[in-house]
Amino acid sequence: MTPSASAPAARPRVSSFPEPLDYAAVGLISGLEVHQQLLTEQKLFCRCPAGRFTKTHDGTVLRHMRPTLSELGVYDGTALMEFRTRKHIIYLLNRENTCTYEMDDTPPFPVNQTAVDTAIEQCLMLGCDIVDEVHIARKQYLDGSIPTGFQRTAIVGVNGVLPFRGRSLSIVQVSVEEDSCREVTDRGHLIVWRTDRLGMPLIETVTGPDLRTPDEVEEAILLVGRVCRSTGHVRVGMGASRQDVNVSVRGGRRVEIKGVPKAGWAPALVHGEGWRQVNLLRLRDELHRRGLATPESIRVETTDVTEIAQRGNVPVLRREEWERWVQDGKRRRTWELGEGPLTVLAVRVRGAAGTLAWPTQPQRTFADELKGRVRVIAGLDQQPILLHGEAWPGDAMPLLAEIRAAAHCDDADALVVVWGPERDCRTAADDIRMRYVAATDGVPNETRQPFEDGSTDFERILPGADRMYPDTDSPPTRVTRERVERLTASLPERPWLREARYAAAGVATSTAHYLVRRGGAALVDRIVEECGADVKFTAFFFGERVKGLRRSGVKTGAIPFERWAELFRAFETRPPLRDAWAVIVSRMAVTPTEPVADIVAALGLDTPAVAWREHVAARVQSAAGETYDADPGRVLRYASGRVTDPLRGRVPAVEVVEAVRAAAGAVR
Amino acid sequence: MSDSKPQTPVPATPAVETKDPLRGYRGRARATLERFGARVWGDVKATNDAGSVFEGVILPRSETFDDEHIVLKLKTGYNVGIHYERLRAIEEVGYREAVYKIPEQAFPSRPHLPSVTLLGTGGTIASRLDYRTGAVIPAFTPGELYGAVPELADVANLTTKKLFGVFSENMAREQYVVLAQSIKDEIEAGAAGIVIGHGTDTMSHTAAILSFMVQDSPVPIVVVGSQRSSDRPSSDAALNLIHAVRAAGTGDIAEVQICMFGPTSDRYALLHRGTRCRKMHSSYRSTFRTVGDVPMAMVGDEITYLHNDYRRRDPSRRIRLDTSYDDRTTILYYYPGMKPDLVDALVEKGYRGIVIAGTGLGHVNKPLYPALKRAHAAGVHIVMCVQTLWGFAQMYVYDTGRDLLDLGVVPLDNMLPETALMKLSWVLGSTDDHDEVLRRMRDVVNHEMLEREPHNGYLILQGGLPETDEFTSSHWK
Ligand SMILES: [Zn+2]
Repeated sequence: MTPSASAPAARPRVSSFPEPLDYAAVGLISGLEVHQQLLTEQKLFCRCPAGRFTKTHDGTVLRHMRPTLSELGVYDGTALMEFRTRKHIIYLLNRENTCTYEMDDTPPFPVNQTAVDTAIEQCLMLGCDIVDEVHIARKQYLDGSIPTGFQRTAIVGVNGVLPFRGRSLSIVQVSVEEDSCREVTDRGHLIVWRTDRLGMPLIETVTGPDLRTPDEVEEAILLVGRVCRSTGHVRVGMGASRQDVNVSVRGGRRVEIKGVPKAGWAPALVHGEGWRQVNLLRLRDELHRRGLATPESIRVETTDVTEIAQRGNVPVLRREEWERWVQDGKRRRTWELGEGPLTVLAVRVRGAAGTLAWPTQPQRTFADELKGRVRVIAGLDQQPILLHGEAWPGDAMPLLAEIRAAAHCDDADALVVVWGPERDCRTAADDIRMRYVAATDGVPNETRQPFEDGSTDFERILPGADRMYPDTDSPPTRVTRERVERLTASLPERPWLREARYAAAGVATSTAHYLVRRGGAALVDRIVEECGADVKFTAFFFGERVKGLRRSGVKTGAIPFERWAELFRAFETRPPLRDAWAVIVSRMAVTPTEPVADIVAALGLDTPAVAWREHVAARVQSAAGETYDADPGRVLRYASGRVTDPLRGRVPAVEVVEAVRAAAGAVR
Repeated sequence: MSDSKPQTPVPATPAVETKDPLRGYRGRARATLERFGARVWGDVKATNDAGSVFEGVILPRSETFDDEHIVLKLKTGYNVGIHYERLRAIEEVGYREAVYKIPEQAFPSRPHLPSVTLLGTGGTIASRLDYRTGAVIPAFTPGELYGAVPELADVANLTTKKLFGVFSENMAREQYVVLAQSIKDEIEAGAAGIVIGHGTDTMSHTAAILSFMVQDSPVPIVVVGSQRSSDRPSSDAALNLIHAVRAAGTGDIAEVQICMFGPTSDRYALLHRGTRCRKMHSSYRSTFRTVGDVPMAMVGDEITYLHNDYRRRDPSRRIRLDTSYDDRTTILYYYPGMKPDLVDALVEKGYRGIVIAGTGLGHVNKPLYPALKRAHAAGVHIVMCVQTLWGFAQMYVYDTGRDLLDLGVVPLDNMLPETALMKLSWVLGSTDDHDEVLRRMRDVVNHEMLEREPHNGYLILQGGLPETDEFTSSHWK
């Protein structure tokens, strides 16, 4: 799947989801699709640079996506939905990172074999069996996220396994695929994409549905992330790894929460989706109890109440407000705005009273399910998207009564009001009907967009396997056993084995995870091996100290291995230097070509301290005179401060402290 | 009508379906399948030496691939190839043969709309995809087309005739003659316009020869295709077809014209004159350009004419055919150091007409002169075009040009080399008299040579220049 194109918009944070859910009792299961960009110089199917992002463009292309009929002569569900939205799709091109391949005006070049090697390496880390012949497939996407209308993707490995919580997490398959565009805006009937990220190689790791609780989901995301990153051949940083979380409960259906940007978001999202499915199943039962169990039983009627709304006091339904909104947003007819005059449409759903306020996710109701669909499918995006009889503005009850009467709503009926260009309102009404039809069947297969507060919103109908077909532009790639063996031989240690080794040496778990995740573990191991350094010290040094220094702005990334090795050899021969690590490393970062010995000399750390004890004693003596009170602790701290700095790196810190103590004792 | 030639499993279309249960497999892979009693379209569970189980359908294999792998379409929709040596077991659990059938819906007939006939030459205009194999199943009958491009029903009443099924590079004399005759038949039967579905590679050759073979057409004759295969959601095929049917059914230009994307964006098509058009990019959507002039019209929801120098639609006019054609003609693309024996060889092999695509204003090197002289003496007709495509062969300017004139080489002004080849073949089909050939070659039939070149007839924007970048970043490409 293509990961979500843009970071979800911020929403007010709610403290937490208070209602607990017995995950085992409701049969919650979850699996992951983890996307990880590979660190290659070029893209997967063209020779454009990978990872060069731009904020500007020097060309634009307008396209539309037309669904292709599936095998039975019917449109795939997603395809149909996306065709109904009638989107104009604009691509912003920048010649720095985009060629005519990304525009779909040139066929693919032979697949980037470095990316395939990296993908194989990832598969091996994940314990997969490598397929013998890699076949490129096309996976259809009609939302415009890929200009061809399909993503090129290929399975590289299958049947993997990772140790997880004393049991195992199965890896169903790993595929290498091209990344999609980044979304710029999506308003009305116009969606705009940037093509810089398009075509970058990434791998998608699909786990089995083996996870049973929200916490397990978070932990599994982190585990897969560490495994992928431990090779050092993947990209890190914002957007370099995204995951889709699949969730279902017993009797529900698989829902894909798409593009979860951080593992930490997962628990609330999974919990919320568990609740949503439980509540949708309850709603199904309620609908059945009312005799609404089949598609035909859902009866929806619409009434044009535009003129009635003009007499009412709900601003969003009035023409002035509409025109102001259109003008403020610079919305152009047929682009950000649909066709036809402003229409306020009352949608009567027979026998569905009370269902709109039906709880779904924590703090969300069934009306939110309708909102998501109306926004995405009908392109009606003026907040609050729709109004309904079960949460009507309190000061506008007379208008509600008038609309209900006009729409012939009786007490048993649900009433939804949508507004906007006429054609879109009709699409919306039809979609409301379809969502109710789906509700009679419980949980629809959907892709949902995550928010940081743990809620989700409709993104698209989940596509089926029907939208995959072979890429006739690309020949298959043979993967020989020799190639697999060569890559196996150079494989880094599995992260869980490395973590166990570090734990045995006394390294803190968080430090070990950090080193594996950020690729520092390879450096630690090499320093230990080549310089005979202590594992615990070295892990702490890189995983805590250097990390801290880097976070304070020192660019330690430029320091080559050879300098680190010199530093650790210097530590061995002159142990006091360890206390001066921060000044030395800071200087190494500025002049990474300068030998450490020269840095040590320049900092004056190579001269032995002569008669330093006498010097300490003298300083303590004078310190006692310089402080007004005779508090011995204060004198000690004051004196330490004045003598330690010049001696740091030349005399072991403990000896300096002892000398100060001794001198202070003498003063007293 | 893209000429895409699938490299991955090419399943047979119903017409050439074989009964071989191991279609496409040979050698070791075939032996392995036989050993396990497996067959193509078998729904199987295949186990390899690592214990991995692959569940899916065995696909036919392209015969150009190696004989070491068996291809499976997995339940997830992905394909994988399994090496024959690693296969341990294949268990067939079902059998699902692909059905190559496109759903038909009756093409609605609307009395107020014009009747357009679509003539098929090969390739695919619209298609349905077989998701299992990736095979593109062409939609061609009106019912099939209506299922794939329903908008057509709002443009015209459509009749279709499949003349042949060849890739466009296989179009030649035989096809041109059949095509011209069919155009005449359909127009005389009352068609308000003709659309010809054609691969893009030799589309301009076909448009050029039809411009000579079919004359005085009362209605538009529109050649159309697609650059990006019709199975992709972003294909230009459907929009091109809609535009072409509109140009044929309601357009006013009663000439042979090419209808293809103007820009690469989904915006409008351009109508290019059949004798002045050329494919300029191997894969770009906006590949066709009118050379030496501006296109005739833009087609969107409406048709916007860019000039009025064209033959008007006139139902009372009687169509004429002249399908003479001699294919003993060729283009000699001159390059520095070309050897004279090349010309001698052509003469020896019986070629009767040579179009030279010369350098500059229409030149070749001196060592070639004796050979050209010999060719001329042998009765071979030699004409000169320019390989720059734009601009005129003006052989009076330099001595070399004048020398060539003396050798009997005839300049064709700014006629495109491919158009010249088509015209020379056409002319030689009815006469061998040198003076007559030359008279007819220089006698303009339909703008194949222009008296004047407007300055906007030559526009190749040079990217990277500030003014070009300003233009390209402010307009849809
Ligand atoms: Zn590129």
